[in-house]
Amino acid sequence: MNARKTDAIVIGAGWAGSILAKELTEAGLSVTVLERGDDRATAVEGDYPSSIDELRGAIRHRLFQNLSQTTVTIRNTVGQVAVPYRRLAAFLPGEGVGGAGLHWSGVHFRVAPDDLALRTNVIARYGKSFIPEGMNLQDYDVTYEELEPFFDKAEKVFGTSGEPYTIQGKIAGKGNPFAPDRSDAFPLPAMKDVYSASLFKTAAANVGYHPYSLPAANASAPYTNPYGVQMGPCNFCGYCSGYDCYMYSKASPNVNILPSLRQDPKFTLITKAHVLKVNLDSEKKKATGVTYLDLQTRQQVELEADLVIVSAFQFHNVHLMLLSGIGQPYDPVANTGTVGRNFVYQTITTSRAWLPSTHYTNQFIGAGGAGVAIDDFNSMNFDHGPLGFVGGSPVWVNQAGAKPIAAAIGGPGGKAPAWGEGYKDAMVETYRHSLTIDAHGSNMAYRDVYLDLDPTYTDAYGQPLLRMTFTWKDNDIRMNQYVVSKIEPIMKAMGATRYSLEKLATDQLFDTRRYQTTHLGGGAVMGADPQTSAVNRYLQSWDVPNVFVIGASAFPQGMGYNPTGMVAALAYWSAHHIRTTYLKNPGPMVRA
Amino acid sequence: MKRPSSTRRRFMGGLLGSASFWLYSDHEVWADALTAVDAGPYTPRYFNQEEWRFLNAACERIFPTDAHGPGARSLGAPEFIDRQMDTPYGHGKLWYMSGPFLNAPENLGYQLSLPPRDIYRQGIAAADAYARQHHDGRSFADLDASAQTAVLKDLEHSEMPLGSVPAHFFFEQLRQNTLEGVFSDPLHGGNKGLAGWTLLGFPGARADFMDWVNQQGAPYPFGPVSISGETA
Ligand SMILES: Cc1cc2nc3c(=O)[nH]c(=O)nc-3n(C[C@H](O)[C@H](O)[C@H](O)COP(=O)(O)OP(=O)(O)OC[C@H]3O[C@@H](n4cnc5c(N)ncnc54)[C@H](O)[C@@H]3O)c2cc1C
Ligand code: SF4
Repeated sequence: MNARKTDAIVIGAGWAGSILAKELTEAGLSVTVLERGDDRATAVEGDYPSSIDELRGAIRHRLFQNLSQTTVTIRNTVGQVAVPYRRLAAFLPGEGVGGAGLHWSGVHFRVAPDDLALRTNVIARYGKSFIPEGMNLQDYDVTYEELEPFFDKAEKVFGTSGEPYTIQGKIAGKGNPFAPDRSDAFPLPAMKDVYSASLFKTAAANVGYHPYSLPAANASAPYTNPYGVQMGPCNFCGYCSGYDCYMYSKASPNVNILPSLRQDPKFTLITKAHVLKVNLDSEKKKATGVTYLDLQTRQQVELEADLVIVSAFQFHNVHLMLLSGIGQPYDPVANTGTVGRNFVYQTITTSRAWLPSTHYTNQFIGAGGAGVAIDDFNSMNFDHGPLGFVGGSPVWVNQAGAKPIAAAIGGPGGKAPAWGEGYKDAMVETYRHSLTIDAHGSNMAYRDVYLDLDPTYTDAYGQPLLRMTFTWKDNDIRMNQYVVSKIEPIMKAMGATRYSLEKLATDQLFDTRRYQTTHLGGGAVMGADPQTSAVNRYLQSWDVPNVFVIGASAFPQGMGYNPTGMVAALAYWSAHHIRTTYLKNPGPMVRA
Repeated sequence: MKRPSSTRRRFMGGLLGSASFWLYSDHEVWADALTAVDAGPYTPRYFNQEEWRFLNAACERIFPTDAHGPGARSLGAPEFIDRQMDTPYGHGKLWYMSGPFLNAPENLGYQLSLPPRDIYRQGIAAADAYARQHHDGRSFADLDASAQTAVLKDLEHSEMPLGSVPAHFFFEQLRQNTLEGVFSDPLHGGNKGLAGWTLLGFPGARADFMDWVNQQGAPYPFGPVSISGETA
């Protein structure tokens, strides 16, 4: 083994890793980013027209994690034997430079401020007994006001399109009235509403809700970001989710950050470098660097550093912490330890409305981040008192470009046949004349839902797989059912000839065969108390202070919004405090 | 920064004038697809003759020829599936394939040790045997359409093992791959004449809808185009 040294190591070249690498090189550090996948550039993976291939893209997942090398095991309950997640379906982790940030959709939210202190807010409004037994409701220990400058910065880097509601306390547009105040406008005006979304906007307003165009990291106009990189205007091609945007219109680490880093002599990117573990000193109080496997030579390489950034995606972050011995693994029986605790996901159900056959919804037209939503049933924007559950869901039409293979396999819906006689008729009607409405909601944390190392299965490198113990719980199922019931009047107001409402069933188990979202969270959550959080408010490990763990792993519970806006803001927030405080005096930034 | 527009313009330029309306009469679509098949019969590389006969018949029942146009067979779905068998997907190289392989509840997903090519090898042999058992020794491909449909419906709803594959699982593999063949870009061997896309009204690789974001529910007027520039 040959040992080399750099100031900072960043594990993973996705959104979180690219932001940290950019910030730390700006601070003058030499930074080495280790990415297990291939290098990726839009000129290659996004080359038109060969990139416009649904089979290779969203069906065979060419840009996603190849599970043959490493995966997770999953079980629903503590007593079960977990089995491997052998085929990509329920969630789709990324791999390669850009991470999932290369093939994400681009819905780009901030946060509902109430969600940051959900425990405090629920207790203040409904009392402590409102929190169900076994639910680990927690606060983030950071406020919206503290994060606002970093949300603003991330939007400017991403070139986000959106319409504000208030800027510096004054009404500035027709945006989401539930959205928190902004210091500045969106860098670009909102994306146009596709036909389906515009129908939803009118109908939802008629029903008395407050529709707004989704904030999208899809560029509504040409844009140059603060790093000097350019984006072209989105043409609604519909190839966001699962693809590299050939128009350079969807924000990605590859387009928006890495071009400015690649020229920096202080920046080194090593691809095909699978990090096996963060190396710690004998007391497990200090990281000395990492060991990675060079996937080309099959040699293990040791790299030394003063600072290690774990930014490998939510569950890979937790996996690396467990493999490295950073912090105490969570034990649900003893209720001790923090690493793996509060593993959360996101509830989502998709309902469908059919319009008269004179109305074409042209579902292939759309952009991943665009659409129209209502927040009337998200977060704490409505009275939970009589309902008896915590959490909520935005509801939206997010027509991201429905492709024929996925649509055909999904089938025409309702009671129509999924093949054979009658299938074509129903499929043609559904594809041409229907639209979908999602309830995309929160998922709370529970004592018996967590991550740990699997006792049986290993990856291609001989390390234990991560084990997920996860299922849906009554609180979140009832929340979903309630919010979906609010979709019905909107569908009627849209002039639907018929509709089918999809909700989570009572006692429904998590099904790993069906795509839901890749919005997994928690497992290394931030907080004020080292007994219930793995990292402090700056995303610094309580146990190993020269390790920062950046990603949705920091979320104490799953929120209604998509996570990446929050991940990016937390990444900039953490980087800011590393630059202004930590580097001057390395050590714990919060006293336990 | 490198911009994509020049390649794109060249590509779209080549199509100008040839883009046709997607509201074809059924007859025209069908004729096109059949010409594509007539251009040269495909010889399977993975499936043997018996398997190939089964596959052709089964794909056609899943996506039949009817008044809407051609079925999966003339659209090249069997050819598509045959070609897929020799891709990383067919060999199971996209799946985690390490043991132990345990029986687990269905909602925890696929837990067999077989890659798609072995699912087909075992599944077809056993499904054909099932057909012969119930139809006086006649193989699936020799049954009439309604008997074939009945066999597939049995499989769709049955836990019965076909080799080591549960029947409903084998059926779903077949259904999904058939629809992939019907609706993927023709470069993969199916969707001949782009007739799958024409049926749905999907414009293929056009991927530029700047002027069509919201036309108040009017149908999109242009027919499909493939990655290679073929139009319907
Ligand atoms: C299809 C899809 C659509 C999505 N749409 C949206 C959306 O509309 N809005 C939204 O907010 N979010 C969306 N997301 C989620 C979004 O992609 C993620 O939240 C975001 O990319 C997370 O950033 P990250 O940096 O934490 O992880 P990633 O971007 O995934 O980057 C992590 C990187 O770390 C690498 N890595 C992992 N382990 C190792 C190791 N051991 N050694 C070396 N490298 C390693 C991975 O290969 C990967 O490249 C979507 C995700 C998917 C898959
Ligand atoms: S819809 Fe827009 S942002 Fe998405 S891939 Fe197409 S051009 Fe890019």
